[in-house]
Amino acid sequence: MCTVCGCGDATLEHSHDHPHDHGHDHPHDHGHGHGHGHGHDHTHCHDHGNGDGHSHHGHEHDIHYGTGLAGVHVPGLTQSRIIQIEQDILGHNRSLAETNRARLAGKGIFALNLVSSPGSGKTTLLCRTIEALGGRFPVAVIEGDQQTSFDADRIRATGVPAVQVNTGKGCHLDAHMVAQACDRLPLADDSVLFIENVGNLVCPAAFDLGEAYKVAILSVTEGEDKPLKYPDMFAAAGMMILTKVDLLPHLDFDVDAAIAYARRVNPEIVVLQVSARTGQGMDEWLAWIGEGRRRAMAEK
Amino acid sequence: MHEMSLTEGVVRILEQQAAQHNFTKVKTVWLEIGELSQVDPDSMAFCFDAVTRGSAVAAGARLEIIRVPGEGFCLDCAKAVHLASRVEGCPECGGFGLRVTQGGDMRVKELEVE
Repeated sequence: MCTVCGCGDATLEHSHDHPHDHGHDHPHDHGHGHGHGHGHDHTHCHDHGNGDGHSHHGHEHDIHYGTGLAGVHVPGLTQSRIIQIEQDILGHNRSLAETNRARLAGKGIFALNLVSSPGSGKTTLLCRTIEALGGRFPVAVIEGDQQTSFDADRIRATGVPAVQVNTGKGCHLDAHMVAQACDRLPLADDSVLFIENVGNLVCPAAFDLGEAYKVAILSVTEGEDKPLKYPDMFAAAGMMILTKVDLLPHLDFDVDAAIAYARRVNPEIVVLQVSARTGQGMDEWLAWIGEGRRRAMAEK
Repeated sequence: MHEMSLTEGVVRILEQQAAQHNFTKVKTVWLEIGELSQVDPDSMAFCFDAVTRGSAVAAGARLEIIRVPGEGFCLDCAKAVHLASRVEGCPECGGFGLRVTQGGDMRVKELEVE
């Protein structure tokens, strides 16, 4: 990431290179700083994502690092040693997520992790969903936002228990936050838990919360190319809901293109088109939730 | 910026390993970051410098990032192919019936410690 302008993207468009010139030298600077006496002579490369040659770098390093160090660290001359650990960086979150998943499964709870940009209509969709369900089965909601309890207040106004998680500076919910939120909720057997993630199409993609599915919500007032712009999220999601479809007559949004783009990054993604305002598509959405809940109950 | 959380995860791993393997200082950390993982290597390097300052075990450690190429299996050509991103099709046939088989993960591979 560039420390001057703060941009975090390693892939630079060629046409934009002038504004970024100031910052993108630094990764090389520290990467090549081998003045610490080990003397191994590998050429380290922070990948700049320019396409070709990744695979070469990856493999060369893989082999080179080990041999270089092994040759340098003679026993008795240095205290240094190499430990191979091969640990998944997300392993800690993943194990907490599995604990959440087991806890939810034990009670037959169907949990969904709703992810989208800010303003796609997640909370409105949730409020309408809860109203449409009309108490058919118990529902609870975890609301994630950086600040405020506005969204949890809106959910509680529908008569359903909700816990607001404020992430502060955080950009996503993690499995630990969800575990804590679950402690504070009345989680009924055979219920549905909606987890409304922080509005962000990037970071929540990497963090399993213990849900059955991620549901990516894309409003038609956004661009149909979002599945290609934020592919990690649409690849991680089991379902995409196009919201605000009542506005389509006023917009240039290309529904078929949006669906084709989503399928390009995730051939199996289920797509629904919904308007929380007019109720279009709500029956299908409620039926899908009901089916998920039935399965969760059966597997309890 | 989830790289900050991920880097905190790395430091947590280093501290656990220090207790387990009896070392007090990490000199170098080798991270494997898949080409298709949800992380930007430069952001990771930036966060690493910031986060390790708060850890006695990790402070001053050098970060080396190893890129693992993305690979997938194309259902249309029934072949293993190189994937540079999740949005480009199969380099052989252009189809999108792809399953990622490598390069989606990120992990701490090795430590140099004392």
